[in-house]
Parts: sequence; structure tokens; C-alpha cells
Amino acid sequence: MLDISKLLEEIKASPYEELVITAPHTGVVSFGSIKVGDRVIGATGTWGEIPGTPLATLQRERNDKIIRATQKGVVEKIHTELEGTFVEAGTELVRLRHFLSKDEVLGIILKKALYLFEAPERAKYYFAPDIDSKIKSSGSQSVTVHDGMELFIMSRMKREAPLNYSGPDGVIYAVYFQHNENIDSGAPLIGVCPPDQLSLIEDVVVRVQTEWTEQE
Amino acid sequence: MDTEKRTQHLTERLTYIKDIFGDKQQENIRLLETKLEEFIQRENGLSVEDKFAALSTLEDLFGFVERNLENELTAMDKVRIVRHSQRICLRDILENVYDNYTEIGGKDENSIDPSMLIARAYITRRSGKRVYHQPVMVIGQEKGHGEEFRNGGSVKPWGNAKALHYMRVAETENIPVHTFVFTPGSFPVEDAPGAAQQIAKNLYEMAALSVPVVAVFSEGGSGGAEAIGLADSRLMLSHGYYSVISPEGAAAIEGRVRGGDRAGAELVEKCAHQLKITADDNVRMGYIDHKIQEPALGARPYHYEFFRSLRQEVIRATDEVVLNVKGFSPFRAMALRRRKGKSIEDLDLENIHVRWSLSRKARARLIAKRHAKFNKLSKSAFIDRRPIHRRVAAWFVEKGWDTYSYFKYDLWRSHQKKLMYAVEEVDAEARVLMDKVKGPWKKITKAIPANTSKADKEKELTMLSQWDEEDQGKGQWSYISPRAKEDRAITCPNAETHGCQDLWAPDLFGEYAGVCNSCGHHFPMEYQWYMHNIFDPGSIFEFNTEVESANPLGFEGFDLKLEQAKNKTGLKSSCTTFEARINNVKVVVATLIAPFRGGTVGAAEGEKFVQAAERAKKKRFPFISYVHGTAGIRIQEGVNGVIQMPRCTMAVRRYIDAGGLYLVLYDTNSYAGPLASFLGCSPYQFAIRSSNIGFAGPGVIKETTGMDIPPDYHRAQKALSRGHIQGIWDRRDARHNLSQALMTMGGRNLYYR
Repeated sequence: MLDISKLLEEIKASPYEELVITAPHTGVVSFGSIKVGDRVIGATGTWGEIPGTPLATLQRERNDKIIRATQKGVVEKIHTELEGTFVEAGTELVRLRHFLSKDEVLGIILKKALYLFEAPERAKYYFAPDIDSKIKSSGSQSVTVHDGMELFIMSRMKREAPLNYSGPDGVIYAVYFQHNENIDSGAPLIGVCPPDQLSLIEDVVVRVQTEWTEQE
Repeated sequence: MDTEKRTQHLTERLTYIKDIFGDKQQENIRLLETKLEEFIQRENGLSVEDKFAALSTLEDLFGFVERNLENELTAMDKVRIVRHSQRICLRDILENVYDNYTEIGGKDENSIDPSMLIARAYITRRSGKRVYHQPVMVIGQEKGHGEEFRNGGSVKPWGNAKALHYMRVAETENIPVHTFVFTPGSFPVEDAPGAAQQIAKNLYEMAALSVPVVAVFSEGGSGGAEAIGLADSRLMLSHGYYSVISPEGAAAIEGRVRGGDRAGAELVEKCAHQLKITADDNVRMGYIDHKIQEPALGARPYHYEFFRSLRQEVIRATDEVVLNVKGFSPFRAMALRRRKGKSIEDLDLENIHVRWSLSRKARARLIAKRHAKFNKLSKSAFIDRRPIHRRVAAWFVEKGWDTYSYFKYDLWRSHQKKLMYAVEEVDAEARVLMDKVKGPWKKITKAIPANTSKADKEKELTMLSQWDEEDQGKGQWSYISPRAKEDRAITCPNAETHGCQDLWAPDLFGEYAGVCNSCGHHFPMEYQWYMHNIFDPGSIFEFNTEVESANPLGFEGFDLKLEQAKNKTGLKSSCTTFEARINNVKVVVATLIAPFRGGTVGAAEGEKFVQAAERAKKKRFPFISYVHGTAGIRIQEGVNGVIQMPRCTMAVRRYIDAGGLYLVLYDTNSYAGPLASFLGCSPYQFAIRSSNIGFAGPGVIKETTGMDIPPDYHRAQKALSRGHIQGIWDRRDARHNLSQALMTMGGRNLYYR
């Protein structure tokens, strides 16, 4: 069984992610003006249309390719010894340290602890009538789900179809959709966790929300 | 009027002067300011009579200073006048110029587009003892004295669509259209029906609108103005402007200002002067028929005298247009003529009656006149280096073609067609008859088993159909880009998302025709690639090569830039026109070539385009417009460039109405004016996958609307989803698709049909 407290401790011990930027293909490397300790950002803009900070240039066949930061972070190490040399694909060039934000930490924990059941297509979703009444009377966490159970009604342009749950057994930890609202395909509908971990997860979430200090 | 109101009025006049002149004319402004303050301070101590007297003196002083300042107005001051919230707007005109009106198509903010105002109005005139109500359709942009929801008179595509709808209504009802242009430019959104495409549609329809159209320009901002500005008579208010681009926009381009920065005031002022945007300039160049004099420093809503003369002018213009196409009316025509030393008030127009509805024949004459009027414009704004004897020869050749095409296509073809149809009919009848007669015999022969060889059967069942080798060419192109000579690799922009390998330039620009062989991304190619690979080899015959781009406004520094462009490309304008063949179908082609000043359209390009359309019409050839790229109208030519929008669209309209097939093929970046006129009006528009199509570029959209737009906003795929184009072609299939299009699409008078 997954030990969530231990997981949180692990994350706390190293509250960042190391990003290793490697050469995508062979070529001659030249690092620009970046230095260790520089802050860099990944692609930004509403559509990610503003490219990230350039880290290095890789030239192959007179074709300069700029290698950019993929996430926000701080430059931890630059392999300056490779400057002007020919490198193989996969050679480490730059190492970035990306500090985890509150949402990312929660994401990591919930991803390990929860199973997310996703919407198969864009539609409106409802719980099956009996489940619905149960949730309304005593909350979603009172519902135990198992593989193959008829859980949802999928409604799209006046066509309704039953949708069966598939995945590990457990209780519904959270409901991510609302009545009368269209859900895109691939968006999570419910999160399911084993019944005995329910209180533990809640506890950890509260702790992260209150205790996690965000670092730049 | 009581003293308070009069003081208030004077304060407003002072603010107006301050706003117009900014930090210029400080002395005059200070003088008025101190005099007004003095009056306000000692006002309470004065008797009523003294107050009135003092106010009258003050008002006289204001009038005097305003008249003096009038002579000092620069072009940019006029731009500020036109944009000022105190300037007259369309609602004021409806109130004061027409005798009665009903607003249709929306009221205030409850309208599909509050910046476009439509009203049915009438003008009452007397002839003898009879009273006539003459209905008109009034269409124009409404600035609403700065009301926020009016959007400054910047009309959205659906607003222009509304205008077009009511023009059609006017056509059905056979009443004249009065348009009032009060727009800084069109609102540059691509949402269907699309800013550019809707303006193009408006121009295309107005080119053959069979009722008199009179346009009055106050603020004529480029494309937005053209959407309702194509008229039989074009008047302009003396303090208005009519321009290809706002002076600020021109300054931003001239000063190479980027990313939300602003060009300096001096440069803006200089551009405004150089663009020749004022009423006097436009009358001199012939793009405006008549200037309507406004009071000193521009008309404001309390200038009732001005509205009177405006009323006379629009009545006169409409009368003139109507009488010009009506049969017999020498006395009334004479009564309308302008005479030296006489003002419009002396004409006594209210007592002349001219019926404004037209007969069918008069409608046809009206449209013909409108076309002739626009065709004559901007003829001196380009260089034609042909010696006089060649021009004369060309004229004769043209007339020869007229006669030839008349005999060949109109006379002979129509008889030939009739004969052919008759033969077809007889043939079809005979076939049915023969089938009936032969019927019994066929039954007998079918009953006897046929003797097909076993080998044939086997071949039929086992052989695969053959790839048509001739069409594919195996990557052998007749023109290879010079970029294919470089030994280097190129990264496909989709490499991150599609995992494309680097491409070796000689492969990419040679065999692959500039197409990524993994994801199909189209790298832009040179225009020569298309010239050589789309048309039959050696079939291109260029004409009108002597027509050259010029600098008609004497725009500073532009002569040099033009010379550089000519030297760099070896072309004389961005438009090349030629005859060519595709699979032996003869076509006339007009191209816009991006390397020559961004493929911008000026007077020379417009003239070449018009002549190409005329040629296609005479020879009954399909007319293809291949747009390698265009950045819009050439701003340095000012209105000489803008006027190409209606001119070329009208040429297209003549060609299509004569039964031709007009196809447009976009290649790289096609934006602005040309798209909003002679390109966007085509019923058949296709794009190579490398195209971006739109009205304004991302920078301009951000600047004018404040909206951020996604990076793929102008891609051909988006244009297709919005319904702006009819299809997207792979570059390697362009020849095949074009040939197929010629065989399957429109045009009743094509020679090969």
C-alpha cells in the first residue's frame, strides 16, 4: 500500500524537480550568455506562443537550433566544458532546478493516490439515478465503486447512454463535474481512492494547502 | 439664449480649439482664455444688458480668432478635428439635413453593430404648387459624439453586411442611397463574414448597384470607407480626410516602430502632410468630385447654416447623377450647373423637381457611367514608358480584339451553339429510336456466349491499376529554388510536435518542392517556382511590361526605396500580368509578387490588373489571380492606392458579369486592401498550405482592438473554417488542381467550353 505521509516527506526533503536538458541530436554546442544561478522561464503566453529562455545553440549541418528552457527554474549547472565541441544526442547540456508549486505537489500526491476516471467524449454527465440519490443524501464518499458498475448517464444532443465505470475499486473521493455542464473528453469525472486511505489523503491535502511554502 | 448657456458654449468652443491645436497656437488660446475668464469674473457685477453686450463682443472675438486659425490648419489638425467628439455625426445630419427619417437596422446599442447606422429618410421639395417627398436610404458610420458602444465608427464585418443588405433593399425599392463615411477604419476581426471578405462583397455588389449612390466623406479611413464609399458622386467635407491609413499607422511603418510603441508626433504630422489626405488634395487628384465648405475649424452640431448647404449639396449631387442617365432634361441640367461666383444657395434646388427613381435602361446607363468614372481614375499615378506610336498601335490592336471577339464569340459562337444543340437533340432522338429497332437483334446476340480470352480475364483480375506517372513528375521540377544550392539542414517548425527530422536544403527546396516530407509543412517558395511549375513549359507571354510603379505623391525617400525594389527584383511593379496555358487551356494571369515592396498594390499594379481583366474578358479566357503575397495597399501612394480597391473590383465585376471564370490562388501572406476588394470578391478562392490570409496582421489587431490573437489566427485552415476560401491545396498538386478547377468551375463564356 502507498504511504502518503512518506511521500510528502520525500517531497519536502527535496522541494524541487531537476530538469536535465540534453542535446536532441548531434551537433556543435555553444552556450550563450547564461550563467549558473540565472532564472529562466519556459514557453509563456496564452497559447505558449512566446518561446522560453534560450539556453544553448546546437549547430548541425549549418543549421542552428536554439535549445530553450521548458519550465520555470534556476540554472544549476552548465556543462561549459562542452562549449564548441561536437556532442552526441542525449548528452547533458544544462541542468535546471524547478521548484514545485503547491498545485504541483498536490498533483503528484493525488496522481499516486487517486484514480481519475475520465470523460470518454464531450457531453453532459449525470450519475445513475440510484447513485445520485445516495450521493445527495449522504455525500459522494459514501459510494463504493467497482469495475463494470453502471455509474453515469452520458447525455449529448438529447441522446442518452449509460456509461460504466472501469478502474480499481474504491470510494469516490471527489466529483469534478457539475450537472448541466458540458465536459470535454479527457477531463476527469471522478477521483477514486481505496476506502482506508480516504482520511489520510484529506489530511495530506490540508497539510499541503496550509504548510507548503512556495519558492521562486 | 441665456447668459449661462452662452458662456458654457464659449467654454466648449475654447476646449475644442485647445484639443485641435494641442501645444501650438498658445498665444491665441491664451488670449481667448484670459478674455473668457475676465468675463466670468466680472459677470456678477454687470447688468443684463451689459452682460449681453460683453458676451456678444466675446463671441465676435471667438469668431475672429477661429477664422484666423482656420488658415493655419495642417493636415494633422484636420485629423484631430474629424476625430473630435464635438464634430457633427450622422445623427445630426439626419436631424438637420433630411425632412424626416426613421432609423432602421437597430437603435443605439441594441443593434447588430451600433457603429453602422441605417435610416430611411425623405427630402421634401416643391415644384410649382406640388409637394414631393423623395425617399432615400441613408447609410453611414455613426460616431455618436464619442459614445463608447459606437466604437468610434469602426464597423465590424456584420455591420458592413447590414449596410449591404439595406443597399439591396434600396435597389428593390428603386430609391437613391446616400452614404456618409465617418470611419477611422474597419474593425479588424476575422470572425465570419470576415472584415476583408465583407468589404470585398460590399464593393462587388456596389459595383453594379442599380440606384444612384452619393457618398459624403468626413473621415475616410481606408477599407472601412470603401465598404460604403463606392459612389456615383463622391463629396467631401472640407475638414475631412480620406486616406489609405491613419497618419499614426503610416508613421509607425515609416519609423519602423514595433511592439506597441508610438511614433513621435513630428513624424505623424509629417506623414499626414505627405499622404495628401485633405479634401483639397483629393479633389485635385480627382478622387473626390466636390468639396463642401465647412465653417471655420470644422462643422459642429450648432452650425445650422452648414447643414443647409450640406442638404443642398446632396440634393444637387443626386439630381446630377439622375439627370446624367435620364433621357432628356437640358434645362434642369443647366439649372444645376456650378457657376463662378455663385454659391449653392443661389441655385434654388428646393424648387426644381427631379424624380429619383430610374427606368431599367437608365439603371444600366448608371452602372456603365459608374464603371467609366472609376476606370478613368489614377491614370497619371504610374509611369507608362511606351512611346506614343506604340500606344496608338496598342489601341488599334485592342479595338481589333473587340471586333474579333464580337464576331468569333458573340455572333458565330451563338449561331454555332444553336446549331450544335439542334444536332444534339436529333442525335439523341435517333439513338433511342435505333435502340428500339435493334432491340430484338441484340437479345439474340447476347444469348450466344462471348469468346473472351482467358489471358485477358486473368490480367484484368490480377493487375493493379497504374500510377499515373506523367502527373507526378517524380519530384522533377522545371524550376529549382536557389536555396536548394546551399549545403545545410533546415528544421521544420513542427519538429517539436510532429517529430520531423531535419531536412537537407537541396532535398527540401528541390525534390520536395519546399514541403516537409514528414508533416507536410509548406515552406514559402519563390514566385518563379509557380510560374514554371504550374503553367505549361514555355507558354508564358507577359504583357504590359512597360507599366511602372511611381511615386505620385512625391513621398519623401520613396523614390529611392522604389528604385531599390526595382533593382533587387528586376521587376517594374509588384504585379506581373501574362497569358499562359495549363494543359493547353489558355488563361490570363495577374500576380502579386511579395519581394517587390511586399507585394503592395499601387496605381501601376491596379492598372495592370484592370487591363488583365479586360484582356481576359475580350479573349474569353479564364482569369487567374495568383497572389504570391501582398501586404496591402501601398501606403506611400495614398488614395492613389486605395482607389484601386473599387477600380479593380469593378473590373472583376465586369469580367464575371460577362461570363468569365475568376479564380484566386493565395500563396504566402495575403492581407488588407487587395484582399478586401478584388481578391476577396472572387467566388472561387483557393490557398496553398503555406498561406496566411487576413485583413490586418496580429500587431495591428492588438494595437486597434486590444485583443490577443492565437498564433494560427490567419492560417489557411482557419480561413477555410471561417468560409473565406473554398479550399486548400498542396503545393505539389497546384497544377493539377488548377487544371481541374478550370474544367469544373463557373463562367458561361469561356472559349474552351
